[in-house]
Amino acid sequence: MGTTASQLGKDSLAEYQELTFLTKQEILLAHKRFTELLHKDHKGDPHARVPMDRVLTLPELKSNPFRKRICHVFSTSEQKDGSLTFEDFLDLLSAFSDSATLEIKSHYAFRIFDFDDDGTLDSGDLEKLVNCLTGDTDDTRLTTEEMRQLISNILEESDIDKDGTVNLSEFQHVISRSPDFVSSFKIVL
Amino acid sequence: DQLPSYQSLLYRRKSSAGGSKRRASSRRRLSSSGSGKWATSTISRQEEKLKVQTEARDLSNWIQWRQNTRRYLKRLKDDAQVWLNSLQLWRGDIHLIEGMFGTGILSYFFFLRFLVMLNLIIFLLMFTCLFQAYTLLNCLIGSLCSVYPSSARRGLVIFHEHITDLLSGGGFLEQTYLFYGYYKVDKIHFSHITYNLPLAYLLVTIAYLFLSLIWIVRRSATGFKRSLVQDEDRFQSFCNKIFAGWDFCITNENAAKLKRSSLLYELKTDLEEERIKQKIADRTRKERCRIYLIRLILNIFVIGVLAGCFYSIYRATIFSQEAQMNNVKENFIVDLIIEYLPSIVITLANFITPLLFSIIINYEDYSPAFEIRFTLMRCVFMRLTSIGVLLFSLWSQITKCKEDPCICGYNHVLYSCWETRVGQEMYKLTIFDFIIIAAVTIFVEFPRKLMVKHCDCGLAKWWGQQEFAIPQNVLEIVYGQTICWIGTFYCPMLPAICIIKYFFIFYIKKVSLINNCRPATRPFRASSSNFFFLGVLLIGLALACVPVGVSVAQINCSQACGPFVNYTTSWEVLPATVSHLPSGVQTLLHALSSEAFAVSFFVVTWYVFEADVLYFLFSVWLCF
Repeated sequence: MGTTASQLGKDSLAEYQELTFLTKQEILLAHKRFTELLHKDHKGDPHARVPMDRVLTLPELKSNPFRKRICHVFSTSEQKDGSLTFEDFLDLLSAFSDSATLEIKSHYAFRIFDFDDDGTLDSGDLEKLVNCLTGDTDDTRLTTEEMRQLISNILEESDIDKDGTVNLSEFQHVISRSPDFVSSFKIVL
Repeated sequence: DQLPSYQSLLYRRKSSAGGSKRRASSRRRLSSSGSGKWATSTISRQEEKLKVQTEARDLSNWIQWRQNTRRYLKRLKDDAQVWLNSLQLWRGDIHLIEGMFGTGILSYFFFLRFLVMLNLIIFLLMFTCLFQAYTLLNCLIGSLCSVYPSSARRGLVIFHEHITDLLSGGGFLEQTYLFYGYYKVDKIHFSHITYNLPLAYLLVTIAYLFLSLIWIVRRSATGFKRSLVQDEDRFQSFCNKIFAGWDFCITNENAAKLKRSSLLYELKTDLEEERIKQKIADRTRKERCRIYLIRLILNIFVIGVLAGCFYSIYRATIFSQEAQMNNVKENFIVDLIIEYLPSIVITLANFITPLLFSIIINYEDYSPAFEIRFTLMRCVFMRLTSIGVLLFSLWSQITKCKEDPCICGYNHVLYSCWETRVGQEMYKLTIFDFIIIAAVTIFVEFPRKLMVKHCDCGLAKWWGQQEFAIPQNVLEIVYGQTICWIGTFYCPMLPAICIIKYFFIFYIKKVSLINNCRPATRPFRASSSNFFFLGVLLIGLALACVPVGVSVAQINCSQACGPFVNYTTSWEVLPATVSHLPSGVQTLLHALSSEAFAVSFFVVTWYVFEADVLYFLFSVWLCF
């Protein structure tokens, strides 16, 4: 604990505490877990990147069906390879923390669910989303007829302008009326 | 890549970067929006902050000091909050369960914790108002009605008789603070004031019922308005399941697999339900008549079954009471069985009837969601009414004398201290309930798991692994708590016993859950489950108030024991005390309790809280 605290300076700690929703303990724990993921050559470098497959070994992300999308959304790398710096990692934890607001969570949820990154959730996105949730093998998928019925139900419930896709504000409207969202959209180390 | 609203905030800040006045305002905005925590990446936020900081270094020390203090205080507040959270009971265990089973089953354990807190407060209330005071007292007078033969054992006592006493609340336990009978009637005189113990006893009873009501309603208030105003699952059930369906807290691979399969099951069920609803809407008139007839017959059958169960509880209670009165000691085991006969019958009935209901409901052809709710309603009714039947049969025994009507208002020959007898029955119910929960876990769930794990026979496959059925478990807990509320008037230490009981139940259930169970295939939503728990708890509380109210106000209290020997009914303490107060206070109290005032108060409260009450009733129906 002492080494970790000295690796992460008091100033940086205070700054991160102010800029994110995380508490001091959570930031220190995040730093400890992040440095474990780092390759030993990069241990001192504050801007070092951890490649996506190493991030995905974290137990909190390992069983998550959206883990790859989460990495892509929070990654600031120019190669779009899903690698995370420590600050990206903090952004991730901050958005998924207990104290993050509904608006922030729904914003990031939208981006995670938007598989083709086109700014709207169309039927292709929704189908991939449902398959992620239920599992990708043949016996865990819905039949085509059920999928069609499900997607039409979702669009009926959320698509207000009836353009066949769900945009960000429609998504946020639906989320604001969902009582379980805030408590389930949470990752705590 | 930034949130739309905060994007405009950033642009406003950039444009105000010049000028000292604007600099001050931007610094203020920085400190307030520093806690606003945008969805921008930390890098760009840091660049912004660095820029603003270099500009603001010219600013006066006073403003800087103010900013720093504010930031420091906020950090202090955050740390204090974290420390307070770490003090919560069972936090580590609950976090573990959350990771393995998600938020649905978690709500059951939160509910247990809430009940422990509630019982602790009730017990503290009783302790401070009653026990402390009663340690300063001495004994009382005699007449025909006040003959109270001691039931303590004399002479050489065999060891197993101590155990019988412990399990049945008789013998050496009867003359202790455990039961109503031990509490005396006197007042304690301090220098200026008199502490009226009977009055305190009555008021504490009313207080704990009222306190429970307030706390439960307050706890549910946070949940129901939000979920109703946001028009819960009715209108966007599919969106909720898809967009908010995954529990990101799950860390265990097995739990994730199970969550996926439960989501799949839920989606398939909902889609099927939609197709069934369509089919129902297309039914012909002839089919509808046939179905209504079947439902009528089955409902009559259900009522018959319920009546049969209630009658058997009635007979069992009467048999048990008469056998205890005759005091024929056969042997240890048979004695215990006779003592516990009402509890055994109630537990058997509560075990068989849910199975029966779940079979019957298949023939009644309702939509799947309604089937579950209706079965649950029937189970709740069965559980809570069985306590009522037990109390009714006890009451009929107590007020039945050889000569009609009874001299003392109750059967003073057999029940010289009837409140203690009732207290003993409640005590036995609590103990038996706990024994059954522990026994079922040890002798049914563990072998089941061993069998499923090691044996590959057809029976193991058909029975399957244990599921943690939340509704049944919650009903068990609410049943125990209802007994506690009813019994506390007669057995004031019952809340303490219940706290110990819930403690053990928590750990038993947790171990059983982790080792034996898989999550229910029909998952329980976290938000509506909070509602369901508190709704059923309130029904239990309402049911508990009825026997307590009736016995306080109507039935003559024992003249041989207890704090109310000088009064006909327990309620009489109140008017008697009021008549000793100064006349001004008396007229005020009379005005308050007059009918006109009561009616107008009720109307005003109804008008103000009408919306809340309606919301609440509607949501109780919804969550069922």
